[in-house]
Amino acid sequence: MAYPYRHEKETPMLSRGFGDPRTRTLEGWKELGGYTALEKALKSSREEVIEEVKASGLRGRGGAGFPTGVKWSFMPKEKKGPHYLCCNADESEPGTFKDRELLRWTPHQVIEGCLIAAYAIQAEHVYIYCRGEFFEATQVLARAVEEAYEAGLIGKNILGTGADIELTVVAGAGAYICGEETALMNSLEGRRGLPRVKPPFPAAVGAFGRPTTINNVETLAAVPHIINRGGAWYRGFGTEKSPGTKLFCVSGHVRRPGNYELPLGFPMMELINDVCGGLRPGRTLKAVIPGGSSVPIMSAEDCETCTLDYEGVVECGSMLGCASVIVMDDTTNIVKQVRRMVDFYAHESCGQCTPCREGTQWLSRILVRIENGKGTEEDLDTLLELGDQMTGTTICVLSDSAAAPVASSIEKFRDDYLALIRRGERVGAA
Amino acid sequence: MADTGTNAETVTLTIDGQDVTVEKGTTILQAAEAMGNRVPHYCYHPGLTAPAQCRLCLVEVEGAPKLQASCVTQASDGQVVHTQSEKALTQRKGVLEFYLANHPLDCPICDQSGECKLQDYVHAEGRKRGRSREPKRVFGRDDFGGDVLFYGDRCVMCTRCVRFMNEIEQNPLLTVVERGNRSVIDTFFDEGLETADFAGNVVDICPVGALVSKDFLHKARAWDLDHTPSICPNCSQGCNIDLHTRDNRVQRLKPRTNLDVNQHWMCDYGRHRYDWMNRGDRVEAPLTRAADESMTRASGWNEALEPLAGRLDELKGAEVRAVASPFASNEEMASLKALVDALGGGQIRYRSPRTDEEIPLPGFPTLVRRRDLAPNVKGAEILGLTRVGDDAAEGGLEDLDDFEGILLVVGDELADQPDDFGSSAGLFIYLGQYPSPATRTAHGILPISTHAEQEGTFTNHGGRVQRFWPGTHPPGAARPGWLVMAALRAHLTGSAVPAGAAEMFEEAARSVPEFQGLGYPHLGTRGAVINEPVKLPGT
Repeated sequence: MAYPYRHEKETPMLSRGFGDPRTRTLEGWKELGGYTALEKALKSSREEVIEEVKASGLRGRGGAGFPTGVKWSFMPKEKKGPHYLCCNADESEPGTFKDRELLRWTPHQVIEGCLIAAYAIQAEHVYIYCRGEFFEATQVLARAVEEAYEAGLIGKNILGTGADIELTVVAGAGAYICGEETALMNSLEGRRGLPRVKPPFPAAVGAFGRPTTINNVETLAAVPHIINRGGAWYRGFGTEKSPGTKLFCVSGHVRRPGNYELPLGFPMMELINDVCGGLRPGRTLKAVIPGGSSVPIMSAEDCETCTLDYEGVVECGSMLGCASVIVMDDTTNIVKQVRRMVDFYAHESCGQCTPCREGTQWLSRILVRIENGKGTEEDLDTLLELGDQMTGTTICVLSDSAAAPVASSIEKFRDDYLALIRRGERVGAA
Repeated sequence: MADTGTNAETVTLTIDGQDVTVEKGTTILQAAEAMGNRVPHYCYHPGLTAPAQCRLCLVEVEGAPKLQASCVTQASDGQVVHTQSEKALTQRKGVLEFYLANHPLDCPICDQSGECKLQDYVHAEGRKRGRSREPKRVFGRDDFGGDVLFYGDRCVMCTRCVRFMNEIEQNPLLTVVERGNRSVIDTFFDEGLETADFAGNVVDICPVGALVSKDFLHKARAWDLDHTPSICPNCSQGCNIDLHTRDNRVQRLKPRTNLDVNQHWMCDYGRHRYDWMNRGDRVEAPLTRAADESMTRASGWNEALEPLAGRLDELKGAEVRAVASPFASNEEMASLKALVDALGGGQIRYRSPRTDEEIPLPGFPTLVRRRDLAPNVKGAEILGLTRVGDDAAEGGLEDLDDFEGILLVVGDELADQPDDFGSSAGLFIYLGQYPSPATRTAHGILPISTHAEQEGTFTNHGGRVQRFWPGTHPPGAARPGWLVMAALRAHLTGSAVPAGAAEMFEEAARSVPEFQGLGYPHLGTRGAVINEPVKLPGT
């Protein structure tokens, strides 16, 4: 119970070591069964590893939910030069804090996952790209990498199997956009963190112009468990289409915010009311953003029947994203929240594509005006149209992400906007 | 593009209902351009890589869920593309609106106005009225060094300038700083473009008025300028250029695309040396020496040429020495040669400035600011002229001090020569643009036009014969040098005077083996290389 809070409904797999200082050291991690999966993987063939991950149905935890095994199989079978694996630890989505905890508490779990993945895709070098602000996590990870190197778990001839895999921890410089896979690669190469035009996709031309696979921290952390206990076992958690467990980062107006590892398909209301201890007394639920700030906002009614798996959330009009559940009760001023999110995107837009560069700022300025009671009803139409113009017209999806909360909040909380515009009332502004 | 003569693989796609066959690897935007359908674009430039970031070239490709950036989407077999569908037009209209959200709309005081792609596209496809009522972001103006001035507010962030400096000049002096809406093109503190040799091109490729030339700043409006295809006369590279003229003055030089010579570029050295084309101190009327030894203005060309031709006739058989200029066209040199031959032959020499260093353009090494700082040194060589003098184009004329034969000087300003130059010559005729103290003892001073004022050809360092056209009118009675010399020759031999520069060139081509087979119609605007089979259109 050392870690801030554990609930009985949790299914700790990845988060097993959270709060346990032993897991930060190689010795402690090995006591808990660490690096057995690596040994097992290195002794089986690459195809077997990929097949096992495919069988598990593991889907990318970074937000898109793309099947991991399939992604790995996109890498060229015939190796004609270096392959790379990037571990995306540039966790910057507002509301998300799972990768940080994985790195802080179980760095060896991530390293082990990276090494198995690198073996599967024939990568000789792994880059773990850590968010610049993750100072502590990066330090813990770097120490763990050093330990693993000393123990011969990384480097030449790993565990005597002849596998050579190097691993480098890279710290970002504080840009949200570097969490986008191709921007991350540019940043890794020492360029400006600008998303690249796709195609070519990273599996063909990635970091340093070589075939590259990029996976989220949580995805890679799940890999050792799948290798150890089998894909079929992993499928025992979650739903048919969204197997496995997932770390839910709950923040906002709940009594016990935090990371909760639950099987996918968990009902949202149960998460909020039971696992997180419910809302503060006397408050009612107003809105939930289920997957980090990039996904459409959900009203309280939308949440009633919502189950937290990739398909379930889509059915309810939003996306699971990286499962960062931001809960807002009736004291929330939606316009202000949306404006803050849009400000974030305006600040973090890389500035390449015109619709994003100009659009995010424009949305922000209109929202500021509305927030200050100087908006008009036409502004809402303008916001929606600008959102349309920003969706699907850019290289990456940052622009779409900025438009999504605006459009969904106008759709679902139009009255809040109108109260401000018509009467100057800040609904929910306590 | 349809037939390149090679066996390259081709693909056939449909753009706006029309089938087009292009080489494999061609982008949709290029394929559309090949059939005369210009898709709006900013960041794409044929000489640079395409980052697909302006998002203006979006077109609808059937089967693709989103609109595709046509500058990076390769054409493929059976593709059906709509550049003018409602979806594409709506999206492009939206993107254009974003461009104007922070644009200052200061067209009335912007140098680019009239040749601005933002104006063009917004008028063609944009909204009638913008919806932005928010305050605009302000960057202000920045001196980028050299000839380049930056108006940050007008910038559309296409990054062509940054890519030009990185990829073509390969001297990365420009970059984008900051991100999002705050991103702006900048130099590294005060390290500006003054150390660059080709920086002027960033002004040309800037689709809007963000990068402007200090030299041209507020000098003329784009719509008042006449564009005349020409050849840069400032070195022997022979970059294809346009003379931009107004009020009979050359206002600026701009590169003209010729993929074999200068691609889309020209150097700053050449670009900024056009002042001499506007010089006011010109010889405007033919002058001849009267019986009392005074120079008098002839009442007309015939009145000037007749007595001189008479003298030439009298002196026929005397030794002839001639001085030409490497700034003279092939036609002028050929006409001079024909005149000298008509007089019994003699040595023709020329003096040409030369510098020690070449300045290559790293991203397109074919383009080099050559050592010879004159346009027609190769032409002079081909026509058998002898190079004399030093690298400052001085000296080499010492033997003329006591020369008693016929002395012809064409185009050479004789700036280094003393007042009594040619005083011992039996007949000294000076054909030039500018009065010179060294022509005091001349028996005739005949005004000729500069390269900017006449039609003709230069032969560049690689033997490419390229045409240029007259951009300005010559002052007073000045005429092309080849015409004046052909008229003198006609007086002597009764030969016909060529009706134009084209005929003069044809006449030269008959006697000069290198020029054989060449003619103005074949040269076109791109020129042709000597001793190479001429590729006629359609063959």
